[in-house]
Amino acid sequence: MAFDTATATAWIIRCADEVRAAEARLTALDAAIGDGDHGANLARGLAAAVSSLTDKAPDTPGGVLVAAGRGLVAKTGGASGPLYGSGLRKAGKALGDETDADAAQLGEALHAMQTGIQELGGAAEGDKTMIDALAPAVAAFREAAPDGLAQAARAAAEAAEAGVAATVPLQARKGRASYLGERSIGHEDPGAASTAIILRALAEVTA
Amino acid sequence: MSVGIVLVSHSPALAGATAEMAGSLAGSDVTIAPAGGTDDGEFGTSIELIRAAIATADSGDGVCVLMDMGSSVLTAKTLLGELEDEDDAPRVQLADAPFTEGAVAAAVLAATGQDLDAVTRAAQDAWTMRKL
Repeated sequence: MAFDTATATAWIIRCADEVRAAEARLTALDAAIGDGDHGANLARGLAAAVSSLTDKAPDTPGGVLVAAGRGLVAKTGGASGPLYGSGLRKAGKALGDETDADAAQLGEALHAMQTGIQELGGAAEGDKTMIDALAPAVAAFREAAPDGLAQAARAAAEAAEAGVAATVPLQARKGRASYLGERSIGHEDPGAASTAIILRALAEVTA
Repeated sequence: MSVGIVLVSHSPALAGATAEMAGSLAGSDVTIAPAGGTDDGEFGTSIELIRAAIATADSGDGVCVLMDMGSSVLTAKTLLGELEDEDDAPRVQLADAPFTEGAVAAAVLAATGQDLDAVTRAAQDAWTMRKL
């Protein structure tokens, strides 16, 4: 299968559904080391992303990601909005006018998303952020891309989930949690957790 | 005409009060526009409120934007990227500055008619002003 307009749209809708279902868990994670709004913020932002797809009905997968990114930036209200929103827009722009992206093309787009998020937020791997889930996921996706979209997306979701677990012993070096110093150790990073949800959603819609 | 100033905070009250204080210390010739909270008045950040505040603050000489932290910084950086892609966008600089002290320094300099580079530099130099 290809990553086409319908698949891209299904991914964003699945992200919105899954984040809404996990809203309480994300908020609880964020309440431990952040300001306790990650679940609600991201659910609101993704709802806006879905609305912008309904309004604009983009006709390429890149257009879907750009429009969804714009909705996230406009309505999320927390740091995850500009980070995920800018990242999705970078991914969408990387896909260009392609109507049926293959796994290699989507891998490059996800890499553009990761680069965009890192440029905006300045986080590196090991800082206890969404990058600790996204970077291994993007690497796994690109490595598995020759096996096709479904395999690549499943590998990415698994790598993201492993990345989330690996944030538990880390000390936060970005965001509000970094003020906690060593007290941020022992908690799962909520941004990494939501990234894993987003990549699991991709695996589900491409399975 | 002078450089305008935009203050981006998670808190509508903090952005508004800081604008009021910086304005009272700088005099009335400077437009200081607060962009606090989300577009429904909650704690957080709104790219559209920042965009509107920049439009309010711009008199043609450019706008210096100060952010409190976190999503304020990320959202302002995102907006700057969007404005770079737009025609006829106002000239905007983000100041890497302490929020209150930077706002006062920027407002005082803007009131003297200094240009955008000088106003942003004044805000950033506020890091070096020790209190004790």
